[in-house]
Amino acid sequence: MKNPSLVAFQTLLIREFLRFVRIWMQTILPPVITTTLYFVIFGKLIGRQIGDMQGFSYMDYIVPGLILMSVITNAYANVVSSFYQAKYHHHIEEILVSPTPNFVIIAGYTAGGIARGLTVGLAVMAVAFLFSEVRFEHPWVALGIAVLTCILFSLGGLINAIYANSFDDISIIPNFVLTPLTYLGGVFYSVSILPPIWQKVSLFNPVLYMIDGFRFAMLGKSDIALATSFAIVLLFIAVLYGWCHVLLVRGTGLRS
Amino acid sequence: MPPALELVDVRKVYRTGLEALKGISLSVAAGDFYALLGPNGAGKSTTIGIITTLVTKTAGTVRVFGHDIDRETRTAKRCIGLVPQEFNFNVWEPVEEIVINQGGYYGLPRPVCKRRARALLEQLDLWDKRREPARELSGGMKRRLMIARALIHEPRLLILDEPTAGVDIEVRRSMWQFLTELNASGTTIILTTHYLEEAERLCRNIGIIDHGELIENTSMQALLNEINMETLILDLEHPVEHLPVIDGAALRHRDDLSLEADVFTGRVNDLFCGLQQAGIRVRSIRNKNNRLEELFMCLVNDDRQQRRERNETGAER
Ligand SMILES: Nc1ncnc2c1ncn2[C@@H]1O[C@H](COP(=O)(O)OP(=O)(O)O)[C@@H](O)[C@H]1O
Ligand SMILES: [Mg+2]
Repeated sequence: MKNPSLVAFQTLLIREFLRFVRIWMQTILPPVITTTLYFVIFGKLIGRQIGDMQGFSYMDYIVPGLILMSVITNAYANVVSSFYQAKYHHHIEEILVSPTPNFVIIAGYTAGGIARGLTVGLAVMAVAFLFSEVRFEHPWVALGIAVLTCILFSLGGLINAIYANSFDDISIIPNFVLTPLTYLGGVFYSVSILPPIWQKVSLFNPVLYMIDGFRFAMLGKSDIALATSFAIVLLFIAVLYGWCHVLLVRGTGLRS
Repeated sequence: MPPALELVDVRKVYRTGLEALKGISLSVAAGDFYALLGPNGAGKSTTIGIITTLVTKTAGTVRVFGHDIDRETRTAKRCIGLVPQEFNFNVWEPVEEIVINQGGYYGLPRPVCKRRARALLEQLDLWDKRREPARELSGGMKRRLMIARALIHEPRLLILDEPTAGVDIEVRRSMWQFLTELNASGTTIILTTHYLEEAERLCRNIGIIDHGELIENTSMQALLNEINMETLILDLEHPVEHLPVIDGAALRHRDDLSLEADVFTGRVNDLFCGLQQAGIRVRSIRNKNNRLEELFMCLVNDDRQQRRERNETGAER
């Protein structure tokens, strides 16, 4: 017989996948439209006047950042909204009363975040390929960075949802933390153009490492050593996973 | 065989500081059909929340078929099926998927879940609705959906929290029928209710909970006897030494000038005839009130009100 935890994991993953596919008008389409606009406005119209960035046309330069930005936003959004809704409408109790272990709950929701992050990432990539000649120099590195990024932000979304007590609470972090970190993480520019002091400050931004790693995977050129990027992302994942686990064990926000 | 459920001195203080359970101990034998009766706010749902781990207890021990819910959590959880008081499924999900997914969380392979889901949905009259999102169902159907979901992993103990609240009389009857058959086939059932009638119809044993305390834990039969009995206090004109034996009533001394009499409802006359014959003169008479009686009054009132409501809705059809 199959391992019960594996069955529970598959059940969660399929349920999460069907959830965002069913509402694709809210989950897949909007990021594709937004990034298309970014490509048209920043890449084509404004980009022409900006000139080169580190030896690439501006359009080519922003492609990796924009793909990864949509991956980040969607992995996070998927988990935070799905989990918070499950909490709000109490169907999280279906899982809480079952013998599903905590690590499976975390893994299941994270897998849902990966599925959404990669689905949207691929869609945005397809759009990018219409505008730009850039392809993947190191496809496996790209996949690795994308998956780890999804994991990291899915865990972030899960923590956010566990603490959240209202729908406001699940939009505060994305709007006030995630978006600034992503924009300041070098989606639109190379940190090397910043004054030295701001370059140093940027190094505290974890998103920088992911975008830089992903840019390396596509363009073959980066500001930071790839190993450093991977190490930092893995470190963040370990910390967030531990945090999630403690919250679930304590029943924070879930068990009264 | 260990009892299906054992609570030992279970306490709960909510974060608000409210003491919802003040040390509840009870035991439900395997195979029993047990009612946890009590007015609103008594602590029934809190008790069930603790058994199913949705509420964390402040103190005490819970064992399900001998498995401690703290130490053997997963084994204990496998034994329990829960039908909660409030609807708690994803209203956008189709009926069949809700039931099948629940089996998945218990680690059951999908083909098994599908087969069982079909059988349960057919039994509970929901098979035609299997593709519809749960929000399309009526209140009674939603309740039955939760019963199907709770049974997908074939639990040995089914716990239902006010399963018939807000359900019309026909659905209620068929639900009673379903539960009775389920119990006959060996599943232990615990249900909470604040309707005496429901407990009376279904259950063999009963616990009464009020203000977070278990004030009675007995068989349905003993309870009914008790309810049908009134305790009167008789103030006498003269002291009496020997108490007469009176059919339908039991007398005992309270102090020199008063007696207590347990009388079956409707037999007060027999009591007075007996007293008359024995030459005992009663100066005044009053009811002895105790908490249990007050509680019954409150439950009975609820019950009456519910019957009245039901009659009204019945008249509308
Ligand atoms: N999550 C909670 N936080 C604080 N107090 C609660 C909570 N849930 C229930 N209570 C309180 O605990 C008491 C018992 O409630 P409950 O167990 O729901 O009663 P019942 O199910 O018998 O109607 C009530 O006074 C209720 O207001
Ligand atoms: Mg209740």
